[in-house]
Amino acid sequence: MTRLKIALMGCAGALALSAAPALAQEVGACLITKTDTNPFFVKMKEGATAKAQELGINLKSYAGRIDGDSESQVAAIETCIADGAKGILLTPSDTKGIVPTVQKARDAGILVIALDTPLDPIDAADGTFATDNFLAGELIGQWAQAKMGDAAADARIAMLNLGVSQPSVDVLRAQGFLQGFGVDLGDPNRWGDETDPRIVGHDVTDGNEEGGRRAMESLLAQDPMINLVYTINEPAAAGAYEALRSIGRESDVLIVSVDGGCPGVQNVKDGVIGATSQQYPLQMAALGVEAIAAFAKDGTRPATTEGKDFTDTGVALVTDQPVEGVESIDSARGAELCWG
Amino acid sequence: MATETQGPQGFEAALTRKPEAVAEFTQRRSPVQQARHLLHQTPSLVPLIVLVVSISIFGALLGQKFFSAFTLTLILQQVAIVGIVGAAQTLVVLTAGIDLSVGAIMVLSSVVMGQFTFRYGIPAPLSVLCGLGVGAAIGFVNGTLVARMKLPPFIVTLGMWQIVLAANFLYSRNETIRSQDIAAEAQILQFFGSTFRIGADEAGRGGAVFTYGAVLLIVLVLLIAYVLRQTAWGRHVYAVGDDPEAAELAGVQTKTVLVTVYTLSGLICALAGWVMIGRLGSVSPTAGQFANIESITAVVIGGISLFGGRGSVLGMLFGALIVGVFSLGLKLMGTDPQWTYLLIGILIIAAVAVDQWIRKAAA
Amino acid sequence: MEPILKARGLVKRYGRVTALNNCDFDLYPGEILAVIGDNGAGKSSLIKALSGAIRVDEGTIELDGKPMNFASPLNAREAGIETVYQNLALSPALSIADNMFLGREIRKPGIMGRWFRALDRAAMEHKAREKLTELGLMTIQNIGQAVETLSGGQRQGVAVARAAAFGSKVVIMDEPTAALGVKESRRVLELILDVKRRGLPIVLISHNMPHVFEVADRVHVHRLGQRLCVIDPRRHSMSDAVALMTGAMAPEQLNEFA
Repeated sequence: MTRLKIALMGCAGALALSAAPALAQEVGACLITKTDTNPFFVKMKEGATAKAQELGINLKSYAGRIDGDSESQVAAIETCIADGAKGILLTPSDTKGIVPTVQKARDAGILVIALDTPLDPIDAADGTFATDNFLAGELIGQWAQAKMGDAAADARIAMLNLGVSQPSVDVLRAQGFLQGFGVDLGDPNRWGDETDPRIVGHDVTDGNEEGGRRAMESLLAQDPMINLVYTINEPAAAGAYEALRSIGRESDVLIVSVDGGCPGVQNVKDGVIGATSQQYPLQMAALGVEAIAAFAKDGTRPATTEGKDFTDTGVALVTDQPVEGVESIDSARGAELCWG
Repeated sequence: MATETQGPQGFEAALTRKPEAVAEFTQRRSPVQQARHLLHQTPSLVPLIVLVVSISIFGALLGQKFFSAFTLTLILQQVAIVGIVGAAQTLVVLTAGIDLSVGAIMVLSSVVMGQFTFRYGIPAPLSVLCGLGVGAAIGFVNGTLVARMKLPPFIVTLGMWQIVLAANFLYSRNETIRSQDIAAEAQILQFFGSTFRIGADEAGRGGAVFTYGAVLLIVLVLLIAYVLRQTAWGRHVYAVGDDPEAAELAGVQTKTVLVTVYTLSGLICALAGWVMIGRLGSVSPTAGQFANIESITAVVIGGISLFGGRGSVLGMLFGALIVGVFSLGLKLMGTDPQWTYLLIGILIIAAVAVDQWIRKAAA
Repeated sequence: MEPILKARGLVKRYGRVTALNNCDFDLYPGEILAVIGDNGAGKSSLIKALSGAIRVDEGTIELDGKPMNFASPLNAREAGIETVYQNLALSPALSIADNMFLGREIRKPGIMGRWFRALDRAAMEHKAREKLTELGLMTIQNIGQAVETLSGGQRQGVAVARAAAFGSKVVIMDEPTAALGVKESRRVLELILDVKRRGLPIVLISHNMPHVFEVADRVHVHRLGQRLCVIDPRRHSMSDAVALMTGAMAPEQLNEFA
């Protein structure tokens, strides 16, 4: 009996010994994006994959089917836990709902980093690498105010937001823009409650061309003299431009946006968009992978940017019509840094 | 014994005193029955009434802002794509089928038109033809699977939806072709987005604004209405949807009818893809994701029975316009957009309930 | 007299079941031939073979002395054999006129018909009305009304009128009175006799013995996939027929003096 026990223990030991080097060699990590069709996430995946290769990390990618598909993300996290991954990079579709699943992963000793979109609460993740969306909005707001000069006092503003559920990125960009432009925000945690008469109205676009065009048409039906258009992203801006073009007003309306995708930067160059705030998904992904590598090596956790509760991956204003007092880069430089 | 077998049976003698009214068709009807009968004869009447009433209500509430040529034609522009896809959906639903792949076919066709022009340098008109061909080909595959393999349309088009959408993303590499590039090099792609105005002021503002896409919608709907009513093929579409076995026995080539219906549906969706390039300016592989649900909504609100064989394409047009009127009207009133969805949900259920009620007229 | 529709040695097997076992069939010009038989005797297989709905494994079918090989009901129709199916094969939502011309619509002459493939509604409605009047069914006022608004007997009338309008050689009727009430059955039987008077031979399949014996000139008794015998309804009784088709009596036992 004892001999059998010893033999078994020997076997187990041998197994452990042979398995250990393999584990040490290969650090597993997961990237879970909202979708794999949006160029922003496609670029993010590219950045993560390149960095993972460089650092010898085995990266697996997952995505929801559509924006808002949280179930696929939950399933992906569960798969990563079962897979024995060291870290998870997540752009959550449902920032509140996915928190318990994220906690399960952290309990299993996995480092969870939110990319682009913070969890709610933000400390539900070990770290958040994201654009400062409020700042991104503020930059285009300041630029628009300076660009319009005295006319800013009588501006007719259309706000083309993302969705009726007002996700955090939607609120931060819109409120940032309004603050930058000098509008009283009301409740800074939601858009739509401002009382400034310069705002013609808010509408939602789902962040795509069709939504942008439809929303612009609706707001133009309310006030055909709109002359400043804030858009949640560049596809919505392109849609708004088509609506303006169909009634011949494309040249006397200022459009501002956020994102910095290559078609968007090209639209800045062509004068479709006045200015856009560029964000850096490649950077987010690369920093995230590095953080996982560091954690796997010696257990260090990522630090936040000073004065903020997340790690800021930077934002820059792209415009070919620079104004005094707002730092910006031109579309040529923007095109070098653009994604998608 | 044998003698009494010829001629009417003894027990039927009473029948000689029967009133000769076996095939009598004038029945006295109450006003409700008359209304029901009228609706049964003209299924597009209900959506037309709802449309007129909703335009009047929004007109009364919003005044000039809504009840202007500009706003009303704007609604027409906004429903152009859904309406064209809805025309395709109408054909399929009339055969008691359903096409979930309409939106995907539309997007893939628009991507083919764009990418063939910009990636391979094929002349734009030729690329447009290729896009239309791709749409028709996908529809043909749908139709063949439904008619010859006898697979349920729901399953076939559910699968095709996924296949075509994935093919769309793989082929387009998720790249958007910008409006400015298209305007510079391949204007014909944006043809249906060009506008003309009737009754604008001197500065070119206000008045009725029509896009060629909206004109195409009207022309297409009228054409399909004609084909469905006035040609043998159209009557066969109804017969196949009504009772496929009866149609087959009566001498309708049901398989051919089904294959042509799905092929035509694919072709019309591709046409919608072309119109969509005009509306968005750009070619975007992520556009039109909800076209299948929106087109089914228009079809149902338009009073077309999902059980097949009943309804008219004009009803579908009214259905699409009702949705357009509600969305824009409620937005102009400044209500939360969720109210639009809520009301459309009610309309869908009400439409099906009315359909059931009308069908009782037959019993 | 030569039979107008003749079948010899028909065999149809479904797997291990033999539905038609070397079956013969004869229909003479101008007569009403009833086909009776117990459930499962193979009546419907015989009728389907004659109307082109199934293809037989062996045997020959001749119409007017010419051998036929039907691949579909459409072939049989083109050859002049019209069938009134038990389910009537009508499209409820379509009008009476549309139903009568389903699959053989008339197009308008000239450009409208050739290029726009427009239907000649007026011509179709005129002909439909004519046919219905001939058969005494023209209390139907609105030829454009949907078939689903008609009663069972009226629908049967439309289906019979359609067969009579297009059947140039033979009309087959499958259980025409099965789903009808007393009054409506009577009307349909009169219709059948009307069609006969117009010179068209009719094959009538029915379970209803009184109806069969009322209108048939000859009765084909079907049993175990074969023609057991043909009897004359004027010389034999319904109970004889039932005894024959259930196997309670052999054809040799028929009382020749009845």
